[in-house]
Order: sequence, then C-alpha cells, then structure tokens
Amino acid sequence: MTAIAAHTTWMTQRQLKALVRQPAYLIIQFIQPAIWLFLFGSLFRKVAELPGFGAPSYLDYLVPGVVVMSALSTSMWSGMTVLEEIDRGIMDRFLVLPLRRSAIINASVVMQSIGTVIQSLIIIGLGLAAGAHYPGGAVGLLVLLVVSVLVAVVFSALSNTIGMLARERETIIGLSVFLLLPLTFLSTAFMAPALMPHWMRIVADCNPVNWALEAARAAMSADPDWARVAAQGGGLLALAVGVTALSVLTFRAYQKSV
Amino acid sequence: MSTQAQDAGPARATHPRALAIEARDLVKTYPKGVRALDGLSFTVQEGTIFGLLGPNGAGKSTTVKILTTLAQADSGSASVARLDVRAQAAAVRRAIGVVAQRSGADPTATGRENLLLSGRIQGLRGRELGRRADELLDRFDLAGAAGRMVRTYSGGMQRRLDVAMGLIHRPEVLFLDEPTAGLDPESRSAMWDEIARLSAGEGLTILLTTHYLEEADRLASQLAIVECGRVVAAGSPDELKARLRGDAVHVELAVPGDPAQLDAVLRQVPEVREVSVTGTQLSARADDGATTLPALLIALERAGISVHGIAAARPSLDDVYLRYAGRRFAEAEEPASAASQPAQPAQNPSGGTR
Ligand SMILES: Nc1ncnc2c1ncn2[C@@H]1O[C@H](COP(=O)(O)OP(=O)(O)O)[C@@H](O)[C@H]1O
Ligand SMILES: [Mg+2]
Repeated sequence: MTAIAAHTTWMTQRQLKALVRQPAYLIIQFIQPAIWLFLFGSLFRKVAELPGFGAPSYLDYLVPGVVVMSALSTSMWSGMTVLEEIDRGIMDRFLVLPLRRSAIINASVVMQSIGTVIQSLIIIGLGLAAGAHYPGGAVGLLVLLVVSVLVAVVFSALSNTIGMLARERETIIGLSVFLLLPLTFLSTAFMAPALMPHWMRIVADCNPVNWALEAARAAMSADPDWARVAAQGGGLLALAVGVTALSVLTFRAYQKSV
Repeated sequence: MSTQAQDAGPARATHPRALAIEARDLVKTYPKGVRALDGLSFTVQEGTIFGLLGPNGAGKSTTVKILTTLAQADSGSASVARLDVRAQAAAVRRAIGVVAQRSGADPTATGRENLLLSGRIQGLRGRELGRRADELLDRFDLAGAAGRMVRTYSGGMQRRLDVAMGLIHRPEVLFLDEPTAGLDPESRSAMWDEIARLSAGEGLTILLTTHYLEEADRLASQLAIVECGRVVAAGSPDELKARLRGDAVHVELAVPGDPAQLDAVLRQVPEVREVSVTGTQLSARADDGATTLPALLIALERAGISVHGIAAARPSLDDVYLRYAGRRFAEAEEPASAASQPAQPAQNPSGGTR
C-alpha cells in the first residue's frame, strides 16, 4: 500500500510539473467556465421567472450546472494525455519499470481532481462576485466540489480506457464532442426538472452527470435533503470506483497490443 | 580457431559462464495475424554483448519487448538474469535496464528529472540517487544540459539520456533496441565506444539489436541473425565469417546478367562456389580470392560478358547474411526502410575489414 502511495505521488508530481510548464492549457481550462457562466447566465436569465422553475434566481441555479459541466468537459480529454504518453513511448518505459500499474491511473485521477477543484472554486467565486447565493453554506459547496471531482474521475477514467483501447485521437475527440452536450442537456444542469419533458426526466435519472447535480443541489439548498445527497452521491462514487478499476484492467489489453 | 577471441576479457574467457538470457521457441502473433516471432531461440552468456541483427520487421523489437516483460509470448519461454519473464516479471524489471527503440524520456521534464524518476522507481533514494544521477550525467556528457527540458535535446543527447536512465540502478542486463538508429556518424561512434566500455568495465550483459552490420560486427561478441521471426544463423562474427570458407569475390557487370548463364560460366573455374547474381552485382566464393580472380576474368571474357570491376575480400557479415538469408542485407532493408527510416546510411557490400 505504501508503495502505491509513493508511486502515485511521483507520477502525480511529474504531471503537475508538466502542467505548470504549459500555462496556456491551464489558462484555457480556467477561462472557459467563466465564459459559460456569463453566456448561459445572460441567455437564460428570464428562465427562472417561468412558473414552476422553483429557484429564486437563475444564477443560483446555474452555478452548480456550470461547475459540473466544466468538470465533465475537461475530464473527457484526459485520454489524450494517455495517448500522447503511449505514442512517445513513455507508457512502455513505465511498464518495464517496477512501477505499480495502478499508480499510473491514480496519478491521472489525482491530477483530474486537483484541476477540477481549482476550476470549481473559480466558478463558485465568480458566481459569488456576480451575486449568486449559496444557502447551503460551506457544507453545500463542499458537496458540490466532491461530486464534481467524482464526475471528473468517472469520465477521465472512461476517456483513459478508451484512449488505451482505441489508440486514436479521433475516437477521444469524437466521443467528447458527441457526449458533452447530450450529457449536459439531458440533465438538470440548466433547466429545472419540473419544466423538462417527461421522457427527458427519465433519461436524466440514468445520467451520472445528473446524479452529481441532484446531490449538489440537494446539499446546497437552505434545507438540505441528506438522504438524496447520499443516494445520488453514493451511486456516483460506486461508478467512479468501478470505472477506475476498469481502466487499471485495461493495461492488460494494452500490453497484448504492444 | 578460438571462438572466445572476441569476448570481453581473458580472465573471464577461461570460465564457463552462466546464462544471462535464455529464449526458447518464442512465438508471438499480433492481432490481424502478423507472426512477428516464429520459434525464436538464443542464449546470452553473462558479461557479454550479444547482437540481434536483422532488417526492419525481422522481430528484434518484439523479442526485446518479451524479454523485458512489456509483451507476452504466445508460446515458448524466456528467462533473464535467471528469472522467468512471465512468472517473475516484477523481479525481472528490477534486474534489467531498458533502452527501447523509441525514446521513453518525458520531453516536458528535464534530463535530470527523468533520471531521478527512473531511479526512484527502481528503489534508489536521497543522496545516493543524486550522486548516481550526477555520475551518469557526467559520464554521458549531459551535465550541462541536465536542467533543460528533454524536448530541446538533439537526437544524440536524447539517446544518451535513454541509456543513462536504463543504467541508473546498475542493472545486471541492459537491453539496447537500435541504440544508434537515426544518429549521425559522429554520435554513433561515440555511442559505440560507450557501449563497449560498459561491457568491458562493468561486466554488464548487453543485448543489442541493430540493423547495421557494422555495429553488430564491431560490438557483439556473439550474434544471431534474425529473419522473419527466426534465428537463421548464430555465432561470433568471426565464426560466422569463417564458416563461409574462403574469400568473397564481387564482380560488377556492365549489364545485368542472366544468373543461370553466369553460374554455368563460373563453375568452369575451379574453386568458385556459391554464385549469386542481383542485377549487375555478382557474388561468389573462392578459397583464395587473389589467385582465382585472373581465371575468373578470363572465363567471363570468353563467354562475352563485359565487366566493370572485380574485387576479392575477406568475407564480411554481409556475405554471411547473403549466405543464410539468401539475399543482400541492404536489399532486405529497402522495402521497410523506405517508409520508416529515410536517412539510412548506405550499406557497403564489401565493407568487411576483419
Ligand atoms: N504492436 C504491433 N502490432 C502489430 N504488429 C506489430 C506490432 N509490433 C510489431 N509488429 C509486426 O511484427 C513484425 C516484427 O516487428 P518488430 O519486432 O518491430 O521488428 P524489428 O524490431 O526487427 O524491426 C513486423 O511485421 C511488425 O509489423
Ligand atoms: Mg525494431
């Protein structure tokens, strides 16, 4: 266990250094959600006035939506890093060293989590500056951070797995483009469930992005529904563990193809 | 003739050695049915440099991947440093250093960071690790560039870093997969010196793959010629050449000749054997090249075949290759190298100097 922790630390440090040395990528990752917050906030402001929406201000409703959407959109590119490392031979070098396989995956998960936490804090801060209210307080925001990290873990692990199996950039790009909008809009990210068509609500119930949003909003309300937080968050956590385990197993398939 | 003549040192040559690498009947088929290895076997004695020589696509890298635990063979078995590569993979990884055909260094990290990470994963810590890294950076002439990102390195620097990374934990067996491919002649010869020193000075066992005849000839004390996933000939370079009996005779014809006709003509000259013709290049073997040449010229002239040049030489590895693979080494290289390695130095067909 300590070996895994040490190996994970080294592999994470390596990626952190690389990230800090490419600040352009970092800046884009943190500016994009601000743009979304501004665009959706302006475009849909009047939505909250619709009867049955059930939130006092659209901005309050929007912040968790943008936080989770940003976690989703950033993490789906994670497989590109894995592919790059495979193409450069870095992956193969690590695989012939006495390095724990899970450390390679763990490092990717930790990196995604760090990025997601920073990104989410920026969005929460921007929301606050624009006048959003967080009636659930610090605990509610903490739950938002946790579920956005879980979303990032699920989709980065998925992206890594697909990267290792398909070994093509196009597959990852295609999948990200194809999945981002349906996963976001087939959820309550920007629209209250009461105003969604019936079939969409049923689809949303099966959408892990929506689980995250439901858990976050339940925790962030003035009167938190903890049973709901536990149910939705628990499902998300189980999925995150499952997909991460799957991506560790993918190494075996990868090593068959080298 | 002594078969130990090329070995690393006289002191060791007198002892029977343990085996550092043993590969038995390795078979590997890739998805889509490419049979990369087709029953490949060889052994490497401790403390020697062993060369796997073959054209692109022969199966050299696949062999290295299996021996270094990256890939698994479909059948057959292999041991490295007396450890089974399948059952004891983790222990094998600690005993070996690997320089893959593609550099595995992280281009966004500095040379020193790459070295330190490899060392840490291999179990080195603290001051000992720092000292070892500095020592290797010095030795591979990278001290000045140690703090620079690897992305800024030249091809030669990157290759030297790869070797340093493979050596950080003082492995028992070092794998070098085409360590000089794509390097300029100067970097190549510097790398050769370094490889020779590693084996002589530290008693390291080195498995070297190459598609340069000259490299195998110069560095390897034992070698195996690999064609289509099988070993077609094995032995020391001198042994392999000696097995050919006699000198190589090369004739440059004025126009491409008819192999059957030329074979018939040359067989009239006593002592001439193994005639082969590719275009205007005619090769044959003769016990004593110098005395056979005049008779050979006369026979060709009588048959009305004009000749641009003729030479006799001690057999080279290229002649060995021709004998066992049935074609010239450069020919075997052409189809694959045209696509993947545009900057191939020309193979000199009569370059045998030993
Ligand atoms: N990962 C792979 N997937 C499919 N085929 C491969 C793979 N690696 C090598 N091959 C095929 O196996 C054969 C041997 O390749 P390789 O071992 O790389 O040869 P060498 O290193 O001698 O040039 C070639 O035909 C090559 O195309
Ligand atoms: Mg190769």
